[in-house]
Amino acid sequence: MAKIVSLADAVARAVHDGDAVAMEGFTHLIPFAAGREVIRQRRRDLTLIRMTPDVIYDQLIGAGCAGKLIFSWGGNPGVGSLHRFRDAVENGWPGPLQLEEHSHAGMANRYMAGASGVPFAILRGYSGTGLEGLPGLDGQPAVRPITCPFTGERLTAVAALNPDVAVIHAQRADRAGNVQLWGITGVQKEAVLSAQRSIVTVEEIVDELDPQPGSIVLPSWVVGYVAEVPGGSHPSYALGYSARDNDFYQAWDAISRDRDRFGRWLADEVFGAPASHLAGAGAARGGCGA
Amino acid sequence: MNATGPGPAAPATAAGPAAVTADEMMTACAARALTDGMTCFVGIGLPSAAANLARATHAPNLVLIYESGTIGAKPGRLPLSIGDGILAETADAVVSVPEIFNYWLQPGRIGVGFLGAAQIDRFGNINTTVIGATYAEPKVRLPGAGGAPEIAASCREVIVVVRQTRRSFVDRVDFVTSVGFGDGAGHRERLGLAGAGPRKVITDLGILEPDGQTCELTLTGLYPGISVEDVRAKTGWDLAVSASLEVLAPPTAAELTALRQLQDNNPGELQANSASE
Repeated sequence: MAKIVSLADAVARAVHDGDAVAMEGFTHLIPFAAGREVIRQRRRDLTLIRMTPDVIYDQLIGAGCAGKLIFSWGGNPGVGSLHRFRDAVENGWPGPLQLEEHSHAGMANRYMAGASGVPFAILRGYSGTGLEGLPGLDGQPAVRPITCPFTGERLTAVAALNPDVAVIHAQRADRAGNVQLWGITGVQKEAVLSAQRSIVTVEEIVDELDPQPGSIVLPSWVVGYVAEVPGGSHPSYALGYSARDNDFYQAWDAISRDRDRFGRWLADEVFGAPASHLAGAGAARGGCGA
Repeated sequence: MNATGPGPAAPATAAGPAAVTADEMMTACAARALTDGMTCFVGIGLPSAAANLARATHAPNLVLIYESGTIGAKPGRLPLSIGDGILAETADAVVSVPEIFNYWLQPGRIGVGFLGAAQIDRFGNINTTVIGATYAEPKVRLPGAGGAPEIAASCREVIVVVRQTRRSFVDRVDFVTSVGFGDGAGHRERLGLAGAGPRKVITDLGILEPDGQTCELTLTGLYPGISVEDVRAKTGWDLAVSASLEVLAPPTAAELTALRQLQDNNPGELQANSASE
């Protein structure tokens, strides 16, 4: 059964130095507060896994938490580059970042294989692209051709992803730790089911999970830790609770472009901020927040 | 596509509040390449603007599909990202990311893939991964593949929308992120790619289409006021020109009004092509 704890406790218990960590959320429901908590607890040498590293991994990479990155699209959506990611790849700052790179379809299938308990998935993909020849983190080819045993057709195999820990943000959980999310649900279900451990931050903990159109429920017994963190996906958004802060994504371009300015952002907004994301009135609500 | 005589790009009526920009011309041309009732897998940035313009004008039944899992999205403004809440709120169906790629894109259900590019070559191959001689030590690290490789492989055809410069239009891309025609005629078939590949490449100068024999991109359309030499100067290979080169009609007043209305809420959109940097 999921344990309902503070975000600081959840990260302290579930995320260790050297872990492979998947923080998912496809533009929607990105677990930003949990990412900042990982920075605050100064985790090192993480293998970060995420389809779209987005600003959340730009922050973790710039803060020196990551040694490796497995991903499929590393831009600032609607804005341009992720400058901390680029600085790490192009200049090795603040340290070298080893990459393993896929397409979205490849990453989605890798999570599905991991969630399904099989060692690989097959897809029609990668054929003829430069991605086909790239090495994985172990130096061996990251994708490999496979012949269908029924038809003889040649397809592409991608290895299962089984992160040490998955971290997601959802709209709600009940007091038993059952988690409910809706809207664009991305690959979060697969990420949680493929991982050894999991942390779910939620907008609110409620007595009863009312039905919502298109919602996914992750039963308490597949979830590790639940932490109530209202606004925990900001500057991403939680459908029904908040809107995407597009201005922040724009502002991040300037904050992240310069190492010193990024350092000041870290000092002020991460290390200088209280453990719960929202310093204002929102964070005080509910008894389970940090 | 209607042909008109050459002349400066200008609003179709005197009511136009400002001169037509090259991006507006490009977006209008890209929108016209989509027909009503089509299913369209939409990349963000310039392709999204064009697809939404088409839906707001001549193609009200265009089915917009975004890789975030939103099928049949009907946004009243341009979405700022592929996961913009307005896409989920207006969609016919919202599915998971594994489902959108495996059940919807992979079997060849989707008619047209609408992509951007940082670099494109004479055979329509797209690079959004790295600029520079080697992958390991890139001069510029671009965002990467996203959904594009499988969109380029599996949609029944592909339309690329990209601003044309000598840096972006190269003889061979530094890295093949998404396959156009590979090394030329017959390569897609040898790779087993289901879709037909790029049908049009729409730029801020005109339109290129693959030659029927060689699959090499060939200039087939020019915007008013643009010369063949203008396009050649911004092409990194010896560009072939179609014998039936036409001059493309500028946006109509209705197209301009619709496009500017879509952009009103997020004027940054046309500048933000997520496939470039």
